[in-house]
Amino acid sequence: MIEQNLSLLLVVIPLLAAPVTAMLPAGRLPWLLTLIVSWTCLVIAGWQLSVVIDGSVISYELGGWAPPWGIEYRIDAMNAFVALILSGIAAITLPYALRTVEKDIPRHQTSLFYAVFLLCLVGLLGIAQTGDVFNLFVFLEISSLSSYVLIAMGEQRRALTSAFQYLIMGTIGATFLLIGIGLVYAETGTLNMVDLNLRLQPILDHRTVHTGFAFIVVGIALKLALFPLHLWLPNAYKYAPSVVSVFLAATATKVAVYIMLRMVFGVFSNDFVRITPTDQMFLLLGIFGVILASVTAIYQTDVKRLLAYSSVAQVSYMVLGMGLASVLGITATLVHVFNHALIKGALFMACGALVYRVGSSQFENLNGLGRQMPWTFSAIFIAGLSLIGIPGTAGFISKWYFMLAALEQQSWLIALVILLGSLLAVVYMWKIVEVMFLRPASDNVASVKEAPVSLLIPMWVLVIANIYFGFYTELTVNVADSAARLLGVAAYHE
Amino acid sequence: MSILADLPISLIVLCSGLGLVLIGLWGMLTQRNMIRMIVGFSLTDTGVHMVMVSIGYVTGGTAPIINDAVPMADAVNRVVDPVPSALVLTAIVIGLGVTAVMLSYAVRIYKARKTLMIDECTESKW
Repeated sequence: MIEQNLSLLLVVIPLLAAPVTAMLPAGRLPWLLTLIVSWTCLVIAGWQLSVVIDGSVISYELGGWAPPWGIEYRIDAMNAFVALILSGIAAITLPYALRTVEKDIPRHQTSLFYAVFLLCLVGLLGIAQTGDVFNLFVFLEISSLSSYVLIAMGEQRRALTSAFQYLIMGTIGATFLLIGIGLVYAETGTLNMVDLNLRLQPILDHRTVHTGFAFIVVGIALKLALFPLHLWLPNAYKYAPSVVSVFLAATATKVAVYIMLRMVFGVFSNDFVRITPTDQMFLLLGIFGVILASVTAIYQTDVKRLLAYSSVAQVSYMVLGMGLASVLGITATLVHVFNHALIKGALFMACGALVYRVGSSQFENLNGLGRQMPWTFSAIFIAGLSLIGIPGTAGFISKWYFMLAALEQQSWLIALVILLGSLLAVVYMWKIVEVMFLRPASDNVASVKEAPVSLLIPMWVLVIANIYFGFYTELTVNVADSAARLLGVAAYHE
Repeated sequence: MSILADLPISLIVLCSGLGLVLIGLWGMLTQRNMIRMIVGFSLTDTGVHMVMVSIGYVTGGTAPIINDAVPMADAVNRVVDPVPSALVLTAIVIGLGVTAVMLSYAVRIYKARKTLMIDECTESKW
């Protein structure tokens, strides 16, 4: 009985908790409520995944209106997987939030901050849960609006300007998505994803469908920070409060990857990708994204911006996997969504710990800090190895599957790009290591102490998860594989 | 004039809606004044709403209420599709929220910098 309602509870609990949080007195109480809510969500998401992992589907009809007329929440392995990543990251970010928020956010704004954080979580979880394209647009706007607000809460003045730029770009993306949904509705008369998929198959060659598809893909690509639409991302991540950088870097672009997968392969179809140049476009943008964003990362002088560009490069890997348009490619994409959330979560947490102690993430202020903060530094080091894709880390598993997917189709160019991306990652991660460990300590860091334990524990949980999922791949790979098959992606045939 | 009169009203609304979308996009992407960017967004948003309303319109159609005047069997041809109107109502509310957030940022940036021009990115974009 309750299993039927899990899908709705996951969205409703944080949604109801948000206004309550906003009304609580400032201090630790809003944090505690948010923590409890996010842990509850994690339990529900895990339960949900355990129900659908055998290939069954949870379908919840909102208000008792049967699909395709009413809004349906339709949970299969992919939805449940993404929801688990989201609630897992939220649950691990919140213990980290307590100390950094006390430092970054004025005390009287803390209740509002946690309320907006919960709304952002609602939006992201809603995107993962819903089976209705218009409902997806609404949740996308909820999560986007709240993330603009979260970024603007950064203490530096430029936080507002970068939030405004993100707001403009994100709004254009959302508007495009809305036009696309409107055009597709004009052709099919339905908004339910499964129903859309059925009704679109006979009319895949219609002009309106193609136009709608183009609007939808460009709109999502803006949210995804797909190269060359990524320019809003570095500033937004840099000026956001530390905990917001952690949460958004680990979740926001991953959810956009999920929307792209769901719309392109779930609503339209693998056939559509093959009859249009969509797969070539994904491959082309992915190749340029991996190489150019990684090279740009090398030239950054700020850890947060460096990691942000690295995120753009890693998202490009996921787009490469989509461009390969095979079961292995989609599996690699989904595995990397999971692993990259772990990697970037750990790296941005470490970066936040540096900012917590030094007050800056510029390289010139971090000289020799690795010896003062050994735990933070080794977290960066291990997560960096995972980012590069050293065997024994989670990052290796995703790179391995990307490699398999590329070699399955004999695309040597793609395989080369994947290797080159890892080499460039060695270069930019080495820059951080060089600054923090090899350079002599400057005067300002002589008295710096190791980060507080409440920051180190969540960081190290993610670091250990990086190693754990490098050895135990059953969960990630099996779920990703069955999700890719459920999407109706055909295996690659020559 | 007669050509214009023969055109279905939904086509006119559709075309002017798409025109508004383009004008608004041009405004959002080229203007550096924050208020003008927000006006551009409003135009785009209104354009999208017009496009969506025109999708569901049936020339000479009536309200989607099934009663004696519109029998069930005839309903598909004679009533206006209510779904796009419902979507547009939701989209209007979302657009209101987005505009409000944009304007509040403009106010705060103006208070901090005494200018409405959003500066060309001072840091290198690369």
